[in-house]
Amino acid sequence: MAQVTNRLTPFFENITFDRDDNELVLNFGPQHPSSHGQLRLMLHLQQEQIVKAHPDVGYLHRGMEKMAENMIYNEFMPTTDRMDYIASSSNNYGFALSVEKLIGLEVPRRAKVIRMMLLEINRLMSHLFWLATTALDIGAMTVFLYAFREREYLMDIIEGYCGARLTHAAIRIGGVPLDIQDSFIHQLRVFLNKLPENIKDYEDLLDTNRIWLMRMEDVGVVSKELALSWGCTGPMLRASGFAWDIRKEEPYELYDEVEFNVPYSDKGDNFARYKIYMQEMRESAKILYQTIDMYQECVKNNETELMAHAPKYISAPKLDIMTQNYSLMQHFVLVTQGMRPPVGEVYVATESPKGELGFFINSQGGPYPYRLKLRAPSFWHTGILSDLLPGHYIPDVVSIIGTTNIVFGEVDR
Amino acid sequence: MRAYTPKDNVQAKSYYTDRYYVSPQVPKQDVESDEVFTADLAAISAKFKVNESYIQVGQMVVYINASDIYGVLELMKETLEYTQLSEMSAIDFLAKDNTFEIFYQMLSMNKRKRIRIKYSIEKGQAVDSVEKLFRSADWSEREMFDMFGIEANGHPFMKRILMPYDWQGNPLLKTYPLEGDEFAAWYEVDKIYGKEAREAIGPEIRDTARVDRYDSERFSRLGFEVPKGTEITGNEPKNEESYQEDGGVFLIKKFDRDSSTIVDDPQR
Amino acid sequence: MAQHKVDYTKSGGLPVALTSIDKLANWGRSNSLWAMTYGLACCGIEMMAAGASRFDFDRFGTIFRASPRQSDVMIVAGTLTKKHAEFIKRLYDQMTEPRWVISMGSCANTGGMFNTYATVQGVDRIIPVDLYLPGCAPRPETLQYGVMLLQKKIRANTANKSQKPKRLM
Repeated sequence: MAQVTNRLTPFFENITFDRDDNELVLNFGPQHPSSHGQLRLMLHLQQEQIVKAHPDVGYLHRGMEKMAENMIYNEFMPTTDRMDYIASSSNNYGFALSVEKLIGLEVPRRAKVIRMMLLEINRLMSHLFWLATTALDIGAMTVFLYAFREREYLMDIIEGYCGARLTHAAIRIGGVPLDIQDSFIHQLRVFLNKLPENIKDYEDLLDTNRIWLMRMEDVGVVSKELALSWGCTGPMLRASGFAWDIRKEEPYELYDEVEFNVPYSDKGDNFARYKIYMQEMRESAKILYQTIDMYQECVKNNETELMAHAPKYISAPKLDIMTQNYSLMQHFVLVTQGMRPPVGEVYVATESPKGELGFFINSQGGPYPYRLKLRAPSFWHTGILSDLLPGHYIPDVVSIIGTTNIVFGEVDR
Repeated sequence: MRAYTPKDNVQAKSYYTDRYYVSPQVPKQDVESDEVFTADLAAISAKFKVNESYIQVGQMVVYINASDIYGVLELMKETLEYTQLSEMSAIDFLAKDNTFEIFYQMLSMNKRKRIRIKYSIEKGQAVDSVEKLFRSADWSEREMFDMFGIEANGHPFMKRILMPYDWQGNPLLKTYPLEGDEFAAWYEVDKIYGKEAREAIGPEIRDTARVDRYDSERFSRLGFEVPKGTEITGNEPKNEESYQEDGGVFLIKKFDRDSSTIVDDPQR
Repeated sequence: MAQHKVDYTKSGGLPVALTSIDKLANWGRSNSLWAMTYGLACCGIEMMAAGASRFDFDRFGTIFRASPRQSDVMIVAGTLTKKHAEFIKRLYDQMTEPRWVISMGSCANTGGMFNTYATVQGVDRIIPVDLYLPGCAPRPETLQYGVMLLQKKIRANTANKSQKPKRLM
């Protein structure tokens, strides 16, 4: 067969020279090792200073909102894994919670505790990953190796629970499918006991490191007004002086029963964000210790329920499906046709590791959502780059992108 | 006889709905049941026309007129302390009554309350941009333009955001199929190799579960691999797959399992 | 002089000295497979994990390079969307011969679960692929096994003959 050469016009690498003014246009991405995925930035430069930045996203747009309109509710659950793929369970949870609010379900206590454990483990995984990649981008290879080592321990725990390392799908609408495995608590305790030591290691390596400080301090300052105007949430907002954590302010699950602090800073620069991430890891560990106690209390009180009881929406436990005719029929209908939530709308926000993860669901009473809008925090944290980058220098771009902690599965959906 | 598929909504539909099925409703409360929302609603309705309002799942929903949106959001931001626009987008009701419903999800961090402002526009009508009030609307409105084709008046850069600039069609419309139209199917081939390469590359295989075990061009049976293009009879010999070839590898010592240590506990 | 001693039916009809060079070149090539970081989505995270402390890709001589001009194998890890498709072709064209492509994960193989308007249904529509790794996302072990198979494949080829350029069509 005849060879067909490609039609792409060559463009001369990344730089546009032929301009009359002094400006240089530099193309950054979409495939750049420190663009955290597929971010493309068009940077207008005066010498080495950025005068205009134009982020271009959509290189990972996979049409998840469209998929949701063509899937029954339970079918969509694994797709949410691929949004913020560094902390999959938090996406699962956000979706499960919004559907539960829509149909008005109450989840059993033991399931809530297990969910909280998963959420906080995911937060730790996400923050460790953030630390690893950001440090790598800035040149601290050692921290990358250390943080990945710790992350693998958490991966093992999660893998023991749900069988997957990255894409968990461990939370269902109405509860959790499984109880935690026997070794879970022990492994988690071993990890948590070592964690303060590990965090201290990272901080010893970074906190007083001259290079780290120069790249981080007073770089990428997000003012209060800018943070509010761009709808920043999570560590981005907390670094700019708002102690706003949805777990604290609009508590879901059992977050009102556990004790933890919300670290915040009013500096708004990269270093403040780095400090907040480190502090949040400690807080997550604190929450995890408390959930272990709560779990053991559940075991003591013999609370074995893991899924909510709502035959119209949720399948019966496996034992009932296998032994009782009516449960089997119900299960068959729920799997083949899907649950039909009531007509109405719901917007539920949860605190994912990156910020406010919201699910807006418009249900018209059918088994498919009529409209599902994913409110991903990273989308706005990418948008803010267009206002944040001008005035900075080229090397700052990488550290600013790093501390915004954007994940492109979530930005482009 | 072929089943009738409506053209105005090509999304998945349930193949069976009980004739007597009546969907329940998510309960709506009166706005008076919450003090903060009552005060907010009073402030909004003093200046603008409020068509409908209720509380659903803990959040107030307010329906206003399309032309008032900038004023309402300005009022909410300046005096009612709703300082963040969390989310905005559209819902496609073209099949029902030829309208789009636009929603704005507002958050007040001081009052810990969320309000959803909604209004309807006709097809082809543009909305007023609120980009001046909330920078986050810059990208939301672009996304809405990309996905639904709704333009925003006064927006500084009304271009597609998620899809490429030269894309055709608005993916989230109910008339747009999930797997894309003709243009979407050939987009990358046309762009990179040109239209004449379509035949050589072939159409997309959308059935990802399809495995043809007699096709040795694209598939191979693990452990029974044959050279590409061989006719498969079913009597293929089993290949013992090992990392190193039989005769050993040049300059590389063969891995000896017995002389290695196996670590059982990862957290040793 | 001693031409009659060469058995032309063995080792591709090459003299003994040349087959040794061949082996040496293949040894070098297969044990310094520098991979191009093409982390597109979730599989990219597993690719990073494969390179990080626990799985340690450096043992195989596989070092991740950020530039197509310095790399031998492109590991396409993740969903390729239609908007991105042109860039993968550009970067593939910039790689020097001999070059190999590993398609990592269901999305890169066939489009996977993203059977939508925006996803390219398999990177082999754009560039020729040598190895497909199943899984969503494949574990780092899968990727390491894949690289080992690729090493084996490289060793099986003659190194000194100019390679027939791989063609998509």
